[in-house]
Amino acid sequence: MLVSKFGTQIILKEDRNGLQPALFIDKADIAAVCLFLRDTEGLYFDFLSNLTAVDYQTYFAVVYHLNSLPYQHGLVLKVELPGNRSLNELPEIPSLTSVWRTADWHEREAFDLMGIYFEGHPDLRRILLPDDWEGYPLRKDYEEAEKYHGIHIN
Amino acid sequence: MANPKYKEALMRYEKHLTEISSQEMVLNMGPQHPSTHGVLRLQLITDGEIVKEVVPHLGYLHRCFDKHAESLNYAKTIPFTDRLDYLASMNNSHAFVMGVERMLGLDSKIPKRIEYIRVLVCELNRIASHLIAIGTYGIDIGATTPFLWCFRDREHIMNMLEWASGSRMLYNYIWVGGLFYDLPVGFEERCTEFITYFKPKLVELDEILTQNQIFISRTAKIGVLPADVAINYGVSGPMLRASGIKWDLRRIDGYSVYPEIDFEIPVGKGEMGTLGDCWDRYKVRVDEVKESVRIVEQCLERLQKDFTRTTEFDPRALVPKKVNLKAQDYYVRAENPKGELGFYFVTKDKSDIPLRVKSRGPSFNNLSVISELGKGVLIADLIAILGSIDIVLGEVDR
Repeated sequence: MLVSKFGTQIILKEDRNGLQPALFIDKADIAAVCLFLRDTEGLYFDFLSNLTAVDYQTYFAVVYHLNSLPYQHGLVLKVELPGNRSLNELPEIPSLTSVWRTADWHEREAFDLMGIYFEGHPDLRRILLPDDWEGYPLRKDYEEAEKYHGIHIN
Repeated sequence: MANPKYKEALMRYEKHLTEISSQEMVLNMGPQHPSTHGVLRLQLITDGEIVKEVVPHLGYLHRCFDKHAESLNYAKTIPFTDRLDYLASMNNSHAFVMGVERMLGLDSKIPKRIEYIRVLVCELNRIASHLIAIGTYGIDIGATTPFLWCFRDREHIMNMLEWASGSRMLYNYIWVGGLFYDLPVGFEERCTEFITYFKPKLVELDEILTQNQIFISRTAKIGVLPADVAINYGVSGPMLRASGIKWDLRRIDGYSVYPEIDFEIPVGKGEMGTLGDCWDRYKVRVDEVKESVRIVEQCLERLQKDFTRTTEFDPRALVPKKVNLKAQDYYVRAENPKGELGFYFVTKDKSDIPLRVKSRGPSFNNLSVISELGKGVLIADLIAILGSIDIVLGEVDR
């Protein structure tokens, strides 16, 4: 159905090896694709179970687990982002807060811990860590600071 | 220094707080307030007694679960899952273990006795968790007696689970491929005794709280959560069911031995006020306790008749020495007392340490709806709304 609406180029690649097959989508299309998946009859992916980011060291991936309450089916979407390590230029991806409100806190968490910048997010503050925390702890190259506000961390 | 773009939202938020009008006031509720059930801090912008806006601040109990899981193997992570929702540790480890077993292809080989014991302890833990929810909800809005009753009955469950696992709250009882130990001799009988004791107590609890006029006027028509808003916010568990949606993963996914067990899924009906109000959420929990009692009874019957204890039965027979997985990813979900608990695993090739584990706590998602529900209500009603969400901060902050 996705292909008939957007054309074949919408799905970059498919992963059918694992237990849960996944579709890879380009980051520019993700918001339009998700809105389509949510509103189209026969799909109705109205429940965003999980949104998370994974650090594969050479690149980052943002993973969406969608579910449909009326049809009881699920779908996994993945977006690959360049593995830019600079703290000044985080990988960017459009925010899905306008599609599912639950993406709000999940995206804040991904920003907080993994350092993914969600464009168009209404309130992208850190959520679990203090506002003045340096760095993104779930990245593989994260190094713990020695001190936080003059207090030794160990 | 970091890109100023990433501080923009923080600046905007701080500016917003300074720009409130002269009759408005910023009020901090928590992190040391008993009605926030832990260390949640709510920043309220109030106009007199009316709450204009709620800004939740989390993270006071952040214990880096995701980061810990990346440096430990699967068996060593199970005790950490116990500490997510520390009121329902059995359910957490059950979900985690199911995910690992599914990835290993072990899930169909687990003996029935082990599965029934797992469901039995999970449902006992669900009763204990709901008893806390009901009891503390009562005390939040001024009813002291149900709180004492609930804690008294919960203690019996805690003692039984301590007998089985050796620990009162954080069990580490369900292992990948099996269990820590078989149930101790006499557990089934003691459990039956407890159920016989507990059933009349439930009726008592129902009488003192459910039909209590003061309780009804504090909760009915308060904090109404329509079904579409609930779904959009990713709300799950009793909260979603209270909004009238029959969505229970024990039925939908049919994991473990739940397809063999007969139980109803209670949903909110709006009996006392509007569909999806605080009273409905409370009532769904009370009904779920009754259903869990039924499940426990059926498990006990099967365990005593069909899958009895034998001397050669070894609950650790299938426990793998080393979990060896190929590189893959898998999202497992299970119905916890609070809602859908999910674990997302990304595994490394030929390693027993995962590349990434993300826990999707139901309380985290359920709590995110508070800023929507808390708009334009009285401060006293906000306490009632927060209590009806039934959060555990261990799971919100992880």
